[in-house]
Order: sequence, then C-alpha cells, then structure tokens
Amino acid sequence: METGTWKVKAGLAQMLKGGVIMDVVNAEQAKIAQEAGACAVMALERVPADIRAAGGVARMADPTIIEAIMETVSIPVMAKCRIGHFVEAQALEALGVDFIDESEVLTPADESHHIWKHDFKVPFVCGCRDLGEALRRIGEGAAMIRTKGEAGTGNIVEAVRHMRAVMDGIRKLADAPQDELMTQAKEMGAPFELVAEIHKTGKLPVVNFAAGGVATPADAALMMQLGADGVFVGSGIFKSSNPEVRAKAIVEATTHFQDPKIIAEVSKNLGEAMPGLDIKQIPVEELLASRGW
Amino acid sequence: MRIGVLALQGAFAEHIAVLHRLKVEALPVRLPKELNGLDGLVIPGGESTSISKLMLSYNLLSEIVNLAKNGLPVFGTCAGMILLASKTSDSDIKPLGVMAITVRRNAFGRQKESFETELPIVVLGEKPFPGIFIRAPIIEQASSEVEILARLDDSTSVAARQGNTLASAFHPELTGDLRFHRYFLDIVAGHQ
Repeated sequence: METGTWKVKAGLAQMLKGGVIMDVVNAEQAKIAQEAGACAVMALERVPADIRAAGGVARMADPTIIEAIMETVSIPVMAKCRIGHFVEAQALEALGVDFIDESEVLTPADESHHIWKHDFKVPFVCGCRDLGEALRRIGEGAAMIRTKGEAGTGNIVEAVRHMRAVMDGIRKLADAPQDELMTQAKEMGAPFELVAEIHKTGKLPVVNFAAGGVATPADAALMMQLGADGVFVGSGIFKSSNPEVRAKAIVEATTHFQDPKIIAEVSKNLGEAMPGLDIKQIPVEELLASRGW
Repeated sequence: MRIGVLALQGAFAEHIAVLHRLKVEALPVRLPKELNGLDGLVIPGGESTSISKLMLSYNLLSEIVNLAKNGLPVFGTCAGMILLASKTSDSDIKPLGVMAITVRRNAFGRQKESFETELPIVVLGEKPFPGIFIRAPIIEQASSEVEILARLDDSTSVAARQGNTLASAFHPELTGDLRFHRYFLDIVAGHQ
C-alpha cells in the first residue's frame, strides 16, 4: 500500500473534472457550495475581490478557518499558499487539506522559485498563462493546472486569453515536426520531456481548470467550450446577490456546457452578478496574473 | 454494443477512452433521452454529492433506477459505487438503491490516505489488479445475493457484483489494465 503516489495525486484532479470548485471563507459558505453541487471548495480567509480591495500582504488562511470548513463538508477541501512558500505548504499538508493551490492570488514569498511540489504527498494545483508556464509547474510536480485569468475582477477576458494560449500551445506542439521540439522547448522555457509528451498525445498530462473571472453560468460554459476540464469560481458566487441560486446555476452550466437551452434556462433570475472590473483600469503592478513565472 | 457513461461530473472521459480501446461504442449521458438504446451504463468516479445532485435535475435518477431494475447492466466506480448502493453513510447523497450493499464514503480518510495497492481478483485471473483508491469508499455490508469480488489484506470489501450490477471502490479506468471493463462487457454480452 503506497500513499501520495503520482497516480493518486493526478487521479484526484481527474475526479474533479466537469465540476466547479468554489471559494469559501467559512463553514456556512462551504455548506452552501456543497449543497449547490460543488466538486470541491477552496478555503480562504478572504475571496480575491476582498484581497484586492484590502491590499497589503495576503498570506495562507488561518488554520482555524480551514479546519472548520474541513469538518463541515465531505467534498475535497483545497487551501492556498503563497508562491514559493514551502513552509505554508508544509503546514497545509499537516492540516490534511486535500489539495494545495500555490496561488498568485496571495502575495508571492519568492519571486524566482516556485515550490518543488514532488516533495509533497498532497497534490498541488498551480496557475498558468500559457503552455510554457503550465509545463514548468507540472515539471515541478503540479498534479493539476488552472489558467490564471485575473482573480477578483468578475471579468472573464483574461481567463479566455490564458485558456486560448494554452490550447494554442498544445495544438502547435501536436503539429510540430519532431526536429523542432527542442527549439520549442527552449522558446517556451518548458521541460523537453513534457514538450515531447504533448507532441505525442496532443493533450496536457494533467487536468486543466479555468479560473479568474468566472461570474455567470455562461462564463463557466464558455471556458468549458474553450477546453477547460472544469472551473474555479472565486469571488463570483459569494460576491453576488444570491449565492445559493447562482452557485447551482454555474454547476449546471458546467455540466451542460454544450446545451445552450439549459444555459439560457439556468441564467434566468439569478439577481445581481458580482460588480466587475475593467482590466485596463487596474494599475499594472496590481495585476495578479503576472505573479509567478 | 453501445455503452453510456454518465457524464455529469467526474472521470467520465477516462471510461469512454477505455471503452474505445475495447472497440466499443461509448457515449456520454447527461440527459434522460441519452439513455435510449443503451446496452449498459457506467457511473464514473467523481464527487458523489455533485453527481447525486445533478442526477436529481432532469429526472435522470428515476430513469436510471427503472432501467437498472429492468436488468440494464450498470458498472459504478468509486462515486459510482456509492450511487449504486442501497444505503450510504452520508445523508447528502440520494443513492439509486439498485445494489444491496451499504457503502461508507471516504472510508480511509482524506486525500493523504489515498493509496495504490495490488488486488487479487479471482474473476479477472491470476495476475493481481492495480487498485487505485482515491478518497475511496468501502462496502460495509452486503446481502447474500451480492458476490464480493475483491478484498483488501484486512478483508475489507472493495468490489462486488449483484446480477447485472458491478461496483468497485477503486479506479480501473486510471490503470491501463482493461480486464475490469472487459469483465463488465461480458456481463453486458450475457444480458443481450
């Protein structure tokens, strides 16, 4: 009997596919998320929209909050650590969380190095903006990838940009002749073995969710049609006027992403979505997606 | 042979890929009309609460119960096994109740207790089967008409068959070993 193997780490991500992972800040929200059909929750002290508003240094959540959420729901509980902060990750592993998100939403602890995730038995998910970044994280041991989008904005535009970039990168590698792969690896800054694997299989070796800006059922279905395996919804649910109804609608739209009639139906009477932000109005130094490399 | 794979949430694409490798037509099922004309149904792993809630919408649950009670072969893995049970440890889940088993969810604990092990499974031949257990359930009780197909070293029941229904707590679809799916297809062929 062996625990913490690559197969059980990447396998848990496979079990989340087709589902919605929701940010929650307390046990009550976690319950609402589970009730709505979320396949996992992300336990946080603040949702990204509030982190953005608060400014300052954003860190791993208080373990008391994470434990209260773990005790309340039966679905997997994820928690975030800062980029490169392997001790926060060790602490989260000790708490027994099911997945760690090494996340650009928190203030990075290391601007040059991400965590060496192969050292952990708990699986990690990491953000990316393109295929090269995705493959660097997988090379370090991420068992799941998510496109970054721009968290806390309620604006899907960056999520779309990043998902298209990843998918485009995969198509290019699949079509590239064998003798161009090393140059591709060099230009992408990605491990050659993973570049060669994608050339062969035409797909990422791990699950890839969309994140950062999903606010409506149609947003979720858009990301699924662009090739996401599932979606993270951060501020989009609990910053809206009717979280219960919106959460359930986003879950249904993610499952039935190819069925426009169902998407239209579940989009009715959801109340106010979270207030959105125009990415162009955000000062460059406040963009979260550019954290990490 | 047409096999449907319940595609509400979870690892349905992995099951479809295995069935394609076995040269079988495999179709995702999200709505009741997609159950028409199937020779068998797979309920994949995923989050049983998510799948259970999504089955309640659009009347899928009662349609699947009807088909299974009329003999349609059904194979559930992990969350799928929980959903086939008559009773589960979790009040949040409404199981189909088509197998006379009681199932405990997350029976080994959280993700850090997820594991791989070699399982002796007599009906699949001498070579042990690779068991991948991810936040896996177990079979706590089974009535006499249920045949237990696999046990862990401590004799915990982790796979079972009752007539045309088949269940495993582990994930054959993640292994590359096709024997468990082939065993299910034999049940389907026998039913036809």
